[in-house]
Amino acid sequence: MIREALVRCEHMSCAYDANVVIHDIDLTVHKGDFVGIVGPSGSGKSTLLKSMVGAVSPVHGSITTAPGIRMAYVPQVESVDWNFPVTVLEVIVMTRSKNRRWPRITAEERRDATDVLARLGLTGLENRHIRELSGGQQQRVFIARALFYNPDVLVLDEPTSGVDVRTRHEVLHLLSELHSQGLTVVLSTHDLNGLAAHLPRLVCMNKTVIADGSPTEVINPVVLEQTYGAPMEVLQHGGMPVVLDHGPHELSPITTKIS
Amino acid sequence: MFVAFDLLEPYQFAFFRHGVVVATLAGALCGILGVFVVLRGMSYIGHGLSHAVFGGAAASAVIGVNFFLGAGLWGIASGVLIGRIARRRIIGADAAIGVVTTASFAVGLVLLNRYGQAQKSIEAVLFGSVLGVRTSDVLAVAIVLVAVVGIVTLWYRTFLFATFDPEVADVSGVRVPRVEAALMVMLSMTILVTMRVIGTLLISALLVIPASIARMLTNSFARMLWIAPLVGAFSAFAGMNLSYWLDTSSSATIILVAALTFVAVYAVTGLRGRARIGALHHI
Repeated sequence: MIREALVRCEHMSCAYDANVVIHDIDLTVHKGDFVGIVGPSGSGKSTLLKSMVGAVSPVHGSITTAPGIRMAYVPQVESVDWNFPVTVLEVIVMTRSKNRRWPRITAEERRDATDVLARLGLTGLENRHIRELSGGQQQRVFIARALFYNPDVLVLDEPTSGVDVRTRHEVLHLLSELHSQGLTVVLSTHDLNGLAAHLPRLVCMNKTVIADGSPTEVINPVVLEQTYGAPMEVLQHGGMPVVLDHGPHELSPITTKIS
Repeated sequence: MFVAFDLLEPYQFAFFRHGVVVATLAGALCGILGVFVVLRGMSYIGHGLSHAVFGGAAASAVIGVNFFLGAGLWGIASGVLIGRIARRRIIGADAAIGVVTTASFAVGLVLLNRYGQAQKSIEAVLFGSVLGVRTSDVLAVAIVLVAVVGIVTLWYRTFLFATFDPEVADVSGVRVPRVEAALMVMLSMTILVTMRVIGTLLISALLVIPASIARMLTNSFARMLWIAPLVGAFSAFAGMNLSYWLDTSSSATIILVAALTFVAVYAVTGLRGRARIGALHHI
């Protein structure tokens, strides 16, 4: 069965000023995909996601999206000032700012926002100031804002960055649920065991795509060393790959001199 | 009755009446724009842009172009330039403001050194002159105020989104560079119509202090947009009247009224916060 391609990168390179961040990317996101982009810091994961939503233009090659599709972007939680004077409801309705005159939130928008918040387990928080939310709630508010946009593709940059284990489980569960409801999801993560290994498709990258496939196909010592530039061991646990990072083997022991 | 008569004494002078109206309108105007300035962490933009407009004013005087036209275009160009430079990742907004505005000020200074009365013009730019307020000045400030209120109300959500999260706003179809340019144009126009009257020092203060006070008083962006202009207008009105009775500089007195209001609100909101924490300890 041929699935509809929603985003297609062909030999795509992106740069900030003269600094090339990603090069020669060939990648296709199909309708119904749940893709994780993994790689070390500075590998260009965020830039790849931004190019998908049109925030960064390629300097070489091309990126094409299916006509008429709506892409919603969820940035890293740390990207905004959480002391900013807005309520949860105001944040949610922001994505319908284009061509919207007057400050008033319409009854329809309020109803849609309430539905989205209920879907994400945030009922009753509409009028809370965003600073009063926990880390997990802040992440879900960002996802709620994206869903309010009625997207076909949800693009998330490090959705579990800096959150505790419970919140990570909540976010993963939530994204799986959205995916099972038909949403195409693309996310970046550096969390191999906690998040990436649970996704149906992984793309390992370091400036360019190194491997693309299911976790069992791409999570192996060869691909990981190519991606991260360091040796890693992969074990199997409950049918899932588990990555062990031993760190440098030749560390000299820490000694304390007691006088 | 006697007290009321006394309080109205300065209003027999047309220059004072004009001065109070201009300062109050300017307080409200700067209060509104100050909300964006403070929340974007660009508190020095007012100070910087007024210096940049000074360069335009000097150039206009030297080449014989109308002040409003020359300084206005210069200010708008400087504002847009700051926006463009700040968008480049390697240079922050603060550095962009510093580079563009000091260079612009230096151009003005050199032109005045070479062709005019530098000292006199610098003092006029820094402190303004309420004595020289004309009906056309009042009208100009009023027109810019109405325009700014209209633009901010009509495009409220766009301004809010672009200020809170420019990256996602851009992806969601908001033309962020256009929003930033509009903000810079409004700031430049504000500075242009108020600079000769109230001076750059007062503009900078009125852009930052009322908005900071509003931020301490509320967690709502919408409420900030009406509290800040009210505080700005009140500070300007009270400061103008006090300056008459204390025989002090009107600009400095307005700033002091605003600063004292800031201190009072800071103290009260701080005490309230401590009381709340204290109440938690008793649970």
